[in-house]
Amino acid sequence: MTDEKPGTPPRGDALPSPVVHKRRSSVTLIWLVPILAALVGVALVVQNWLQAGPAITITFESAQGMAAGKTPVKYKDVVIGKVDKIRLSGDRSHVLVTVALEKSAKAFATAGTRYWVVRPRIGLGGVSGVDTLLSGAYIGADTSDSSTPEDEFKGLETPPAVTHGEPGKSFVLHADDLGSLDIGSPVYFRRIQVGRVVSYQLDPDGKGVTLAVFVDAPNDRFVDASTRFWNASGVDVSLGANGLKLNTQSLATVLAGGVAFQDPGGPHDTTPAPDQAQYTLFADQGSAMAPPDGEPHYIRMRFDQSLRGLAVGAPVEFLGVNFGRVVSIRMDYDEKTQRFPLLVGAVVYPERLGQAHAKLVALAKQHGDNADIAHMVGTLVEHGLRAQARTGNLLTGQLYIALDFLPHAAKVRFDPAASPLEIPTAPGSFDKLQEQMADIVGKLDKVPFDQIGNHLNDSLASLDATLRQVNGRTLPALNDTLGDARKTLGTANDTLSADSPLQQNLGQTLQELQRTMRSLRVLTDYLGVHPESLLRGRRPDPAPATPKPAPAVQPNRSQP
Amino acid sequence: MSTLPRAAELGLIGCHVCGQVCRFAGGDGDGLACPRCGSALHRRKPASYARTWALLIAAFLMYIPANVLPIMRTASLGDVDDNTILSGVVELWVKGSPSLAVIVFCASIVVPMLKFLALGTLLVSCRRGSGWARRQRAQLYRLVELIGYWSMLDVFVVALLTALVRFGLFSLVEPLPGVVFFGLTVVLTMFASMCFDPRLIWDGQDDSDD
Repeated sequence: MTDEKPGTPPRGDALPSPVVHKRRSSVTLIWLVPILAALVGVALVVQNWLQAGPAITITFESAQGMAAGKTPVKYKDVVIGKVDKIRLSGDRSHVLVTVALEKSAKAFATAGTRYWVVRPRIGLGGVSGVDTLLSGAYIGADTSDSSTPEDEFKGLETPPAVTHGEPGKSFVLHADDLGSLDIGSPVYFRRIQVGRVVSYQLDPDGKGVTLAVFVDAPNDRFVDASTRFWNASGVDVSLGANGLKLNTQSLATVLAGGVAFQDPGGPHDTTPAPDQAQYTLFADQGSAMAPPDGEPHYIRMRFDQSLRGLAVGAPVEFLGVNFGRVVSIRMDYDEKTQRFPLLVGAVVYPERLGQAHAKLVALAKQHGDNADIAHMVGTLVEHGLRAQARTGNLLTGQLYIALDFLPHAAKVRFDPAASPLEIPTAPGSFDKLQEQMADIVGKLDKVPFDQIGNHLNDSLASLDATLRQVNGRTLPALNDTLGDARKTLGTANDTLSADSPLQQNLGQTLQELQRTMRSLRVLTDYLGVHPESLLRGRRPDPAPATPKPAPAVQPNRSQP
Repeated sequence: MSTLPRAAELGLIGCHVCGQVCRFAGGDGDGLACPRCGSALHRRKPASYARTWALLIAAFLMYIPANVLPIMRTASLGDVDDNTILSGVVELWVKGSPSLAVIVFCASIVVPMLKFLALGTLLVSCRRGSGWARRQRAQLYRLVELIGYWSMLDVFVVALLTALVRFGLFSLVEPLPGVVFFGLTVVLTMFASMCFDPRLIWDGQDDSDD
């Protein structure tokens, strides 16, 4: 190639020419690729934009278990969003969690929606959220009916006991104290769990607790106007005439508490209760099933004797019917008598007397009298109504207050206008016994034990003299007499001994007599055979037969 | 050094496949075929600029979702974790494997970016007929060709893990859409560098440096 000039064709003219094909140009088609890519990108962006739902902010106490970009928000276990960002609030008192909801979950960004963190929870009532042990916590959501948009929410610290739209009814219970109940504590009807405690709060005046319970459908229809609720926590041990009775709802309530309800026996109003109906939560089934107490009345009693064994809460009984309870026992000082009377305050519920109370009220009204309890009690006191402290339990010595009619009660002045109402008292049965014992002792005191003793002493002295005389004189003489007697007996003994002449003579005489009797028998026998001998005399005896020798025996005897 | 004669000036055209040189004077050789092996003959790759640009732009467009969308989901004992390329790199770094993080970062972020930059530079400079650093640019092109294969590292990792880690509830790896876009990016950049004709570097004014 070195010898050739540039620009001239090379020597190898034998070089072939290329084959000419008709080719279509593809220059513009290649631009379809970036257009396609751009379309895909735009589609992604549009899809992302379309899918983006509302962003909401939820406030929580802590972000425990939550991670930005990871923790899902779930409703009925369906993911409806994701935690986008977690940051502290301005005052660092809580955590602000920004959640990106999905487009379809727009309805969750409305007022009233509740959010809470689902974590594993282990309580006495059960275990929940076990799945979150492995997957980590998530935010649970619950819808509301509202459609007002809202993007700021306050997260609940515990899951709500009732989810939105759950069929059933809520009821409000008023109780003296919460007992061992808690949110989520079960509500039992005939020992079947039909609901749970939803919330509780202290009354504004601090004098009680208001609980909300939720009873699931269809069992909510068993709650009616006359239903009684009671606290079924713990073990109810009662010792009655039927023996020891132990009553519990379930083992879970023993530990964690619970509420039970039931209708009282007998005819009652069975119209199902409306939602949010109000009830009283009784302390136990017994008090829940008791007839309604009605309005309480405060009465006071004044006892002059010791009231050891009377405790606050002890029953007040009217003719054996539980009528109220002792609420206070205080001591007073009476200057006149210089004694310490005890003032017992009690709350009584006249309506517990049922028909009797109703009739008394009706009668009082008939007489145009004041139907006030003070007047009625005044009438009763005139008829001998008295309060007594009686022993309710002989083992523990516990007292109760009994209101009874005492037939021979001394008249007392009763002031119906007094406040509080004061019921006159009478010594109790035990006190009476004590009095009678004292009487007996007094009477015994009057017996002249000294004189009796003196007389007895004199008598004993004369007895002593008599005995001495007996000892000194009578007894020696008696001794002599006894010696004589012994001698006499010794003589008698000698006389009667076997070898005494008397005995021998007696034996001989008896032998003689025996012989005589034998010959006499021979004679009578003979005369029996020979009666003629009485006349003819006795015949000579026949000659005795000569014995014959035995000839065969003799030779044998001589042979040896 | 005097400029070497070009094949076009000599009225010659070479086959890229079998090396056959043909005599051909007119035009830029559109619609010609090698008389020996039948493959298309052309002086320069046809529409090299347009194709390279188109593919490069497409690759770049694909690169955006590849980085924004998660590429892999690892689920172990209910703990589901979606990772994009960058978050994966960060996680590796934070969790104490900086060397692995660097490798993944190089393979997934640096290399594609480098490719875009290199090809872009080559395209712009060649279009302008610049005579600047031709030899280095040729080297750059060879480098782009060489490292093109290695950019698929992420895709291989995801594919391998998805196939290997299948323990149901305990551990599970799933590919997510991001990896598809990443794979498309790599493929498109490779096509783009294939469409680029390095001879374009040497075209233009010959009176520049070399």
